[in-house]
Amino acid sequence: MSNYIKEISYKTSLPANSHWSLRMRKGSVLRLTDTNGGSNLAMLFYNPENLLERYNAPDTLKCQHTFKLTQGHCLYSDMGRIFASIVSDTCGWHETMCGNSHAQHIEQRWGQRDYQTDHNDWQQNGNDAFLTEFAKYGLGRADMAANINWFSKVSADSQGQLQLDESYSRAGSEVVLRFEMDTLVMMHSCPHPLSQAEQYPRYQVDIELGRAAEINDDDLCRNSCEENQRGFRNNHLYYLGAL
Amino acid sequence: MLTQSTLSAGQAIQRDIIAAGDYYIGTVKAGQTVRILDLEGNQAADTLFYNANDCSERYSASDTIREQGNVYLTTGSKLRSNKNNVMLEIVADTCGRHDTLGGACATESNTVRYDLEKRCMHACRDSWMLAIAENPQFTIGKRDISHNINFFMNVPVTEAGGLSFEDGISDAGKYVEMRAIMDIVVLISNCPQLNNPCNGYNPTPIELIVWGA
Repeated sequence: MSNYIKEISYKTSLPANSHWSLRMRKGSVLRLTDTNGGSNLAMLFYNPENLLERYNAPDTLKCQHTFKLTQGHCLYSDMGRIFASIVSDTCGWHETMCGNSHAQHIEQRWGQRDYQTDHNDWQQNGNDAFLTEFAKYGLGRADMAANINWFSKVSADSQGQLQLDESYSRAGSEVVLRFEMDTLVMMHSCPHPLSQAEQYPRYQVDIELGRAAEINDDDLCRNSCEENQRGFRNNHLYYLGAL
Repeated sequence: MLTQSTLSAGQAIQRDIIAAGDYYIGTVKAGQTVRILDLEGNQAADTLFYNANDCSERYSASDTIREQGNVYLTTGSKLRSNKNNVMLEIVADTCGRHDTLGGACATESNTVRYDLEKRCMHACRDSWMLAIAENPQFTIGKRDISHNINFFMNVPVTEAGGLSFEDGISDAGKYVEMRAIMDIVVLISNCPQLNNPCNGYNPTPIELIVWGA
């Protein structure tokens, strides 16, 4: 078990083309495992106390001078706070700029979504998957932000041309998130919007929930840059006086 | 791609100077052309666009860069909405590259990037907040304030996945020009940031010029 995980108390799998949301508490962990390799798991974060505070990809990238996400990075809200830290990552590159597939992408590449024929194997798209979860909390299209696409490597060449590496994530690659504040987590397992796979990609992701170990003074994420030390101080201020 | 405009300012239907650290909010109709002009050079213009008939449809950096397959904006870039519709197209650009990865400065993100005690320095998001508070007729709220374009800003991405804020590549008199494909609300913060080179540590005015369809 990772040094960052105290205990795992629930295990499940998110099937392909599915969506889910849950509230994670400060001090909890979420481990994602790419069961068979080649997955894409899209994710967004909101503050359950104020749903206007949400994951902010530009702030996350610019304060850590990175285009990719991996171990040691923190995931910031638009209010200068850290929703979660990436305490462990055996994949190495996750992207947060390409957004979601829309119905039109899926239809053009693999045909229409058809529940009558496909039942729960229907060809769901990422945009509708998020909107479905959003509506449960009174959120809508205006609350959408650039999401994280876990297990998807998208790089840019010297001219800025984007490239998705669909075989980058290996079977069993995993990422562990430690929540630094209470967080509403939205997720879906629909295909990456740049996927050009021959068939509609169907990859499940294993999900484990549990408690985080105590944060040490030499914590990797808190100390990976001065910006993250300040981000942790903002979180500390947010919980000032709390038990 | 560097492309000169054929339009002359004398033919414009509207011209507005946006002072250093100030905001602009206004509408541009489908078919009209809007130019943002860097008057004194090295000035970032943090810009958001909305569908004037439904502000829940707005500029989306993700949809824009994904559909064009490139992280930088220049002539030919189609600026897309969160419904993946084309809102505007860049038709002229004498700067050559504009950023849409880096987002806007906010007092809160400044605490992370620079110092908790710099939380009261003026920032783009505060300009936007005042713009929407003073102009409720546009029905834009905080949830509609999102990931923007930084015209005239240079934020290169490396092949290894790094990202940096470089000195601007703009100069006095450089501009970017867009044709509106739908009726648009334009919301600009003329960036007041003093902590990094995006404005050359010296915020200056920009001009917005609109031509009829």
